[in-house]
Amino acid sequence: MTTIPPRPTFTQDWLRIARMGGIAAVGQTFIALSNMPVRLDERLLIKPILSMGYLILIVLPFAVGYRYGHQIKREGMPTFTPSMYEVLGGALSGALAGGGLSLLAVLLRHFDLRDPLVNWSPILLNLLTFGNATWFAVIIWIVIGTGTGAAGGLLRLLGPRAYRTAISVAITVASAAVLESLIVDIAKGLGLENLTDRLYASRGGIEWLSAIVLAVASGTLGVLGRGRFRQAKTQLSQLEGTARTQANAALIALTLAALIVLPLFAGKLTNELLANVGIFVLLALGLNIVVGLAGILDLGYVAFFAVGTYTAAVLTAATSPRISPEMPWLLALIFVVVITGLVGLFIGAPVIRMRGDYLAIVTLGFGEIIRLLFLSDWLSGWFNGAQGLVQIPPANIFGLTEIGGTEPRRVFYLVLAFCALAIYVSWRLERSRLGRAWMAVREDETVAEAMGINTVNIKLMAFVVGAMLGSFSGAIVAVKVGSVFPSSFLIVVSMVILVVVIFGGMGNIVGVIAGAAVLIGVLGGPRQPGLLAEFSEFKLLIYGALLIWMMLARPEGLIPSMRRSRELHQHEITQDAWLKN
Amino acid sequence: MTTTNPLLEMRNVHAHYGAVHALADVNLQINEGELVCLLGGNASGKSTTLKTLLGMLKPTSGEVLLDGEVVNDKPISYRVSKGVTMVPENRRLFKRLTVRENLDLGAYLRSDSTQINNDMEQVFELFPRVKERLSQKSGSLSGGEQQMVALGRALMSRPRVLLMDEPSMGLAPALVQQNFELIQQIHEAGTTVFMVEQNANMALSIADRGWVLQTGRVVLDDTAQNLLNHPNLQASYLGTADKQ
Repeated sequence: MTTIPPRPTFTQDWLRIARMGGIAAVGQTFIALSNMPVRLDERLLIKPILSMGYLILIVLPFAVGYRYGHQIKREGMPTFTPSMYEVLGGALSGALAGGGLSLLAVLLRHFDLRDPLVNWSPILLNLLTFGNATWFAVIIWIVIGTGTGAAGGLLRLLGPRAYRTAISVAITVASAAVLESLIVDIAKGLGLENLTDRLYASRGGIEWLSAIVLAVASGTLGVLGRGRFRQAKTQLSQLEGTARTQANAALIALTLAALIVLPLFAGKLTNELLANVGIFVLLALGLNIVVGLAGILDLGYVAFFAVGTYTAAVLTAATSPRISPEMPWLLALIFVVVITGLVGLFIGAPVIRMRGDYLAIVTLGFGEIIRLLFLSDWLSGWFNGAQGLVQIPPANIFGLTEIGGTEPRRVFYLVLAFCALAIYVSWRLERSRLGRAWMAVREDETVAEAMGINTVNIKLMAFVVGAMLGSFSGAIVAVKVGSVFPSSFLIVVSMVILVVVIFGGMGNIVGVIAGAAVLIGVLGGPRQPGLLAEFSEFKLLIYGALLIWMMLARPEGLIPSMRRSRELHQHEITQDAWLKN
Repeated sequence: MTTTNPLLEMRNVHAHYGAVHALADVNLQINEGELVCLLGGNASGKSTTLKTLLGMLKPTSGEVLLDGEVVNDKPISYRVSKGVTMVPENRRLFKRLTVRENLDLGAYLRSDSTQINNDMEQVFELFPRVKERLSQKSGSLSGGEQQMVALGRALMSRPRVLLMDEPSMGLAPALVQQNFELIQQIHEAGTTVFMVEQNANMALSIADRGWVLQTGRVVLDDTAQNLLNHPNLQASYLGTADKQ
């Protein structure tokens, strides 16, 4: 591709500036009125200059500033060399975005729209004006917008090396700030409190001096490393045959070892978090078989989670009203898996004959029906209705150890064991005859039928296997929480699991794990707090935004199936080249 | 090698889509070792005939026979395991699966892994190109290569009779020629072929016998040579523009 000289600085694409700035201004106003800045202001990222609340308000100007200079690379067409053109345009777009907040500050001062807009409050005004007069807010937000927008434009001017370094610096500082509680917890376990005491302020947030040190350190490392990491990655992906298998096995062993050792040094908080992530990994792996492999959009997956939890509770708890066999947990697990599988068969049988949208809607219905059954008076003799089942005893593992909610570390090891099992099962299934049949049904049901595949049975099988995998996490949650209530199984749980699968990359095991780590670990699950606990009430909003962005920018998910994309890029396809032979 | 042993047969078959009468009193006989074709314009019932033979559609009356056995109520999988295999129109590969996975799915109902491997080697011999593309997603192949994979996938089930739905559809003229040569090659290796086509001249040039279908009825039933020379064939059913 050829590059041609830069565009002149002052002949801007004004319409594009107006459009991008306008979109960002509306977005900024929406964010401000969603109350996110006020709530997130409690969390300091870099003391004393940046709280998460303000960070959220400079993300958009920066993004549009960067986006403005985006050029579509067309084959055979030249691209412009980035120049001050991009910086000025980015700054102007950013200024418009900041202008949105300025306008909001003026409106907040002079009008009261608290009635329809609940967050139209003096607190928000105070935040936007930094406690000063309105004119100050007007100026400061336009300045901030311009500055961050220009910074976004400047990013375009960096060469590939400098760009990578800048990104790695930003990622390092950001993750140090976001992962604060995790890092502090583990450092405590390792006896490194001195280090974290210096890094973080006592009330949270990185000390600004430490942030600079961290930035410089990661910057130098990035420059010195000269993309060695990247090199190693490409080398790894180019390995073939046994060498690749060995490399993969080594990576898996390393990850597993880290996951076994890490909890020993981590406190309750971290182990709790890891266990929550693991539970969602389990659920997502189960749903991944249904949605990712067999292509059946199941919106009521929470039903199987609920059946698994309730079955485990009824079979192990002494307080269970109708029958209480008080089985040991491991024995109960067998019944849990079988019963959930049968429920999968029972729900699947009527559902599976439908296709597409109708199927999704019906599964949605069944997801609710199951929860309402547990809640109902009719079955309250069995499940205690809304009071739920309580005092579920800890799980006894072969008399070796007792696993209950008070010991998050043990819970995590239990989860880890089941995750390993589920990953192995998923991995084997994907490469089995059954897995191929599922994928064939997903790709083209009619042709799959013509190959002699009994599509109804095969789809039913996916439903049952998915249900069984999901029941594991139900049984674990029963002992982890020690009680079970119908209100834990709302539709939103189904949605969150589905978002994890889609976000991570459908049909891809590593993707599903990454999706769970990012969404559940950082943002938090439907009830489980994540690392950014302040986000809890905006979680669904952010899930939605992430999902939309994902659909537009990366429909294949966070980690697309490596195997497949490599194959696609490796060979260039010459149309009908075989004719010449 | 043609015998008069009917492999697949339709006797007085009527078929409906809801209330629509798609096939009316169709009689066909496909003998072991033959290459036969079914011609007809759009909506004449060609694909419906194929679907009825494979079992995707149940006849409302009449009988479908496989090796002399009435198979009206047998599932598709039974017919596939008995050697009836369809190559769907427009190839319809499992696009996001690799070429190997597509071939494996062709042998879905078989469990003799050494035999399957042998058959795969034979497919590679027939289409060396397919072997090179084995680990690629089938959707990323060119049209001609996809046609090879589609044929290979069908051969993996060890078919005794191949039901081919419009093998020339969506292919460039040079590829159509190539494709018909491949079909002939497969036929000469001992597989019975029943193909449904709109490209009458092309199909009749390689076929033994043929039928012409019009609005669900067989209106002509003759040898390929006679059909080619039939005065009304071009004009009445296929349009003179088809003549190349």
